[in-house]
Amino acid sequence: MNIQTASRLSLLLLLAPLGLWLVVLIVLPHVDMFLISLHEKTAPRVFEYGTANYTEFFTEPLYWRTFTRTAVMSIMATTLTLLIGFPVSYYIAKMLRGRLKSFLFLLCLVPFWVSELVRTFGWMILLRESGVISNVLQWVGIAQGPVEMLYNDATIMIGLVYTSMLFMVVPLVSTLDSLDDSLVEAGYDLGGNAFTVLRRIIIPHAMPGIVSGCIVVFMLTLGNYLTPVLLGGKNSLWFTEMIYTQFITRFNWELGAAFGFLLLVLSSLIVWSGLKLSRQTLTETMG
Amino acid sequence: MFKSKLFLSTLFGAAMAMMATQASAETLRLLTWGGYAPEKVVEMFKAETGISVEVTNSNNEEMISKLRATGGAGFDLAQPSQDRISGAQAEYDIYKPINLSKIDASLMIASMLEGTKANTMYNGKVYGVPHVWGTSALTVNTTKAPDIKDYIDLCNPKYAGKVSYRMKRPTLIAFAFSMGMDPFAAYNDKAAYQKILDKVEAKLISCKSNVKAYWSGGDALINLIRSGEIIAAMAWDGSGWKVNAEMPAVKTIAPTSGALGWIDTFALPKKTKAEDAAYKWINFVMRPKIAAMITEAAGNFTAARNGDAAVEESKRMRFQETFPAAAIDNIKWYPPVPAGLEDMEGKVMDRVKAAK
Repeated sequence: MNIQTASRLSLLLLLAPLGLWLVVLIVLPHVDMFLISLHEKTAPRVFEYGTANYTEFFTEPLYWRTFTRTAVMSIMATTLTLLIGFPVSYYIAKMLRGRLKSFLFLLCLVPFWVSELVRTFGWMILLRESGVISNVLQWVGIAQGPVEMLYNDATIMIGLVYTSMLFMVVPLVSTLDSLDDSLVEAGYDLGGNAFTVLRRIIIPHAMPGIVSGCIVVFMLTLGNYLTPVLLGGKNSLWFTEMIYTQFITRFNWELGAAFGFLLLVLSSLIVWSGLKLSRQTLTETMG
Repeated sequence: MFKSKLFLSTLFGAAMAMMATQASAETLRLLTWGGYAPEKVVEMFKAETGISVEVTNSNNEEMISKLRATGGAGFDLAQPSQDRISGAQAEYDIYKPINLSKIDASLMIASMLEGTKANTMYNGKVYGVPHVWGTSALTVNTTKAPDIKDYIDLCNPKYAGKVSYRMKRPTLIAFAFSMGMDPFAAYNDKAAYQKILDKVEAKLISCKSNVKAYWSGGDALINLIRSGEIIAAMAWDGSGWKVNAEMPAVKTIAPTSGALGWIDTFALPKKTKAEDAAYKWINFVMRPKIAAMITEAAGNFTAARNGDAAVEESKRMRFQETFPAAAIDNIKWYPPVPAGLEDMEGKVMDRVKAAK
């Protein structure tokens, strides 16, 4: 055995766990899901191959409307997260130094020490009709009777932005950190005002961070299940919820699998067009 | 020579010890509903038989889904409702017939046992024996909503935002009865059943603005009632009785169109690994005293003969208040669901969920 084959062998061995992981836990289940999604039930225990489940999605307005709604709300949540997250990240990365900086950064992390379920229940305790905020409003005298703040789209939005904030702040802080302060000063020296400096220097520099943050937040929001279902109640109507019901309460795995695949394909398309629009490439953003 | 003998005997001893621990580590993986396997009962069972019980709480749909995913493996004993067995068996082949000779029939109320046997029959074999029974009825705060007598009264605009029900098939059935139709009679006629479903769908969509939230678990519902956020709901009778103990105004009412009667059964998943333990558990929990303990925990009565004798007097009083003799005769017991109906119902519920 010469050195070259030995090193190749060790490379293969080193890659084996990753390869196994990818194939056994990600590729194989997806292949199986895809096959299930092509099943059509003709009678109990009898199945045929066909694309009926996919046509069902496009012909039944209920399903694609739910998907569109989910996608639009996710894009809105992503934008909101970016608008709120950017100033926060800029403050942490550029205005602060030393201990306070790490302290504020840590504060962003703290809520993620408890599970998402607990955090969502926390919001429910605050917002429900017999909850904290409703009681405070009544006590102060602003509201006459109990106020219900749960089970509407605004609440879902609050929950989504809250859960995904960290995933926007972290990439933004790390890209903004790498921005040399002298560039900002030079911008001002050359007569730029705050807005031009932001537009011509800071945002272009932070672009990879913005894009990667947006991709992560968008995908997390689109695939979120707990927050929309718990905070949205009877009006939640989220696509992942629809997949869950097809699988668990309708026993319709075939349709559920087709929905799962459509979610994968359509969300990838949205991310791809987002990258095209912002003229970024995936390698640049993630690298 | 002596040495090798010692070695052999130690080996033998070790093997015996291992077998012993394996025997005592025998477990029964039970897929059931909240309250059906109280900790105390599990402990008593362990003390008597050495078998430990692993309890997983679930509901009808999840039970079928879980067993379907594994082809009937992963659990040794399941507790689906009697009407959901033959259809699921026809579609997914997830259960194993019950060996009735291993069940002590003298422990069970005969009529209930026979009824369940008939309803869980598939290809001439019995797949279920009864355990806990109860109804879906109305839970009403009688001082705040005195005029709610039937399921459709939940849609009274007076109570907008103050009522709740589940988005599950019992709600569809209940509303159909309440609107003067008989869905059970149409079970074997898909066209007629679809007509009924269409009317129910329209009603549920117009009623949606009245609903605070669709409840999904017994505890969530009890919380909604306790906090006063809702004042009436279609719910399991046991939930209403539980709240009644602390809030006397909240009562379980038998709807005028009839409460919907269910029986949760014992069924063997196809790939059960502890069949004997499963039969032991069934015969154990059906003893009158144990059955009474389960009634205390679950809030519902069991199919055990004399199982109500040891139940607290107040529980029986609540039952009688909800169900005078006429109301008991009016209970609509679920017949087995034919395969295919649930697909139709699923569509209806999807549309109701999506309606504004």
